Amino acid sequence: MSGHLRVVAAGLGTTVQDTGRFGYQRFGVPTAGVLDRVAMAAANTIVGNAPDMAVLEMLYLGATLEVAAESVRVACAGLGAGLEVTEEGATRQIPAAESVRLKRGARLRVMAGRNAISCILAVEGGIALQPVMGSLSTLTRAQIGGFEGRALAVGDLLPIVQEEVEERPELRLPDLDLAVPERIRLVLGPQDDYFTPEAISTLLSGTYEVTRAADRMGIRLAGSALAHAKGFNIVSDGIAPGSIQVPGDGQPIILLADRQTTGGYPKIATVASVDLPALGRVGPGAKLQFEVISVEAAEELRRAQARVEAGWRDSLEPAAPETGLREAALYGANLISGVADAWMGD
Amino acid sequence: MAPRFLPSGDTSLVVEFGDRMDRHLSALVLNLCRRVEAAGIAGVSEAVPTFRSLMVHYDPLVVRARELQALLVPLIDDLQAEALVGQRWYFPTCYEGDDFAPDLADVAAAAGLDPAEVVATHVAIEHLVYMIGFLPGQAYMGDLPKTLALPRRTSPRIKVSAGSVAIAIGQTTIYPFDSPGGWHIIGRSAVPLFDTRREKAALLSPGDTVQFVSVSREVFEDMQAARADGTFDIDTLKVFE
Repeated sequence: MSGHLRVVAAGLGTTVQDTGRFGYQRFGVPTAGVLDRVAMAAANTIVGNAPDMAVLEMLYLGATLEVAAESVRVACAGLGAGLEVTEEGATRQIPAAESVRLKRGARLRVMAGRNAISCILAVEGGIALQPVMGSLSTLTRAQIGGFEGRALAVGDLLPIVQEEVEERPELRLPDLDLAVPERIRLVLGPQDDYFTPEAISTLLSGTYEVTRAADRMGIRLAGSALAHAKGFNIVSDGIAPGSIQVPGDGQPIILLADRQTTGGYPKIATVASVDLPALGRVGPGAKLQFEVISVEAAEELRRAQARVEAGWRDSLEPAAPETGLREAALYGANLISGVADAWMGD
Repeated sequence: MAPRFLPSGDTSLVVEFGDRMDRHLSALVLNLCRRVEAAGIAGVSEAVPTFRSLMVHYDPLVVRARELQALLVPLIDDLQAEALVGQRWYFPTCYEGDDFAPDLADVAAAAGLDPAEVVATHVAIEHLVYMIGFLPGQAYMGDLPKTLALPRRTSPRIKVSAGSVAIAIGQTTIYPFDSPGGWHIIGRSAVPLFDTRREKAALLSPGDTVQFVSVSREVFEDMQAARADGTFDIDTLKVFE
């Protein structure tokens, strides 16, 4: 029998997500999937999972979960995120990008970053749910996938694959970089010819603020209006992840994981896939600036990002020990001095 | 027929045949979609057909845009505009009542017809499924005669009930889920458009045709009840030659 995580506080929009559901967009089914693919891959790597294994994604506010299994190992990742763990009456903080093993009855509270839309919690071994159309991603709008097609609610028992996890040194990923790029990189098109040249220079020179209309479907921006050259209605065509559509009011909308599969507004540009995960880290009030790159440059950047991610497994480090020097000694002499200083410090 | 290749970022490539809604362009798009599927190009995750373009989604770590375009060109070379022969369906639809058909009277007034004539026109033609989009299983069908080709409503409704049959811009759609919507609602159908318990969740595919049939509220309710208790058989909606 599998273990569970019991939902004590649900947070806002806590859903099961993986990389998305592919092959059904022609039937109108949005892909869904995590907003921040990089954070997902990192959290999974830290707990020993394959990078694309399904995780919990939390929006704006983290959930509190109680361990209903012999033991679990989890890690969170997200800009400004962290974990607060209460076990046997003692509460401690676990930083993001660091694993922790918890026993039955322990509670973990995910503290989402103040200004980020999303953060990720990965569970060693993964989540024990049946894929729907090949994916565990939740599309709440159509009640598809994940946990009953919906966000988690108080009292839910989320089944996890492993009833217990082995004791071993906990790990952290020291060089995880979740910074939002100063300028989000875009590839122009597919309908840049529906805009005036001034609209394109306005988009690239202006600052656009993330409004409160920011969710898994997309981010509505506020800034200088972008003028259409040929009206704002096109005969519907496909929508890519990161498409920036501009409706009649001239304010751009960046479309994300739960975006509709097709649409009838012209799309001035598309966010390069390397920078798409960063849009899962910005919240209302964030200021965005953009620059244009070629498709070839976008491809090179994405490949470079993949090389960094491929190196993570080897750059994992032991986490700072909680139980004293004996455990730290296992990690080798180099670490002992640093750890000992920190441990003896107070 | 030389389509345009339009990159949409570094994960999607649009093959655009035109910017209109017509059966010729649609047939080219759907035929190319079949060929792309059959070609099994490494890195291509799926292709999404619309009225006038095919969006090819791909993994940029496996294939680059330039390579993908080179692989697509031979698939387009001798592309035919033969219409695909899809499944033909009967869709029993109730065109009665202010709850099911709130815009029927307005549509009739705009068209200079009476409501019964609007219904008679809608059930008389065979509607071609051009594409599925917006919501899971939501089909865009055409073409309506010019008399019924109205623009969208000036103020969209915040909630349109699932099953609503609606018309605008020369087309018909059915909302598979409760959702916002700006089209004119002329009826309600209990046809289960999307159900993940089926092997093929979406009932309709591009290239299928739909013949609407006007039924009473009682028939609608019987179908709805069969859907609810899981005894509805979608094969009864198929038209066999």
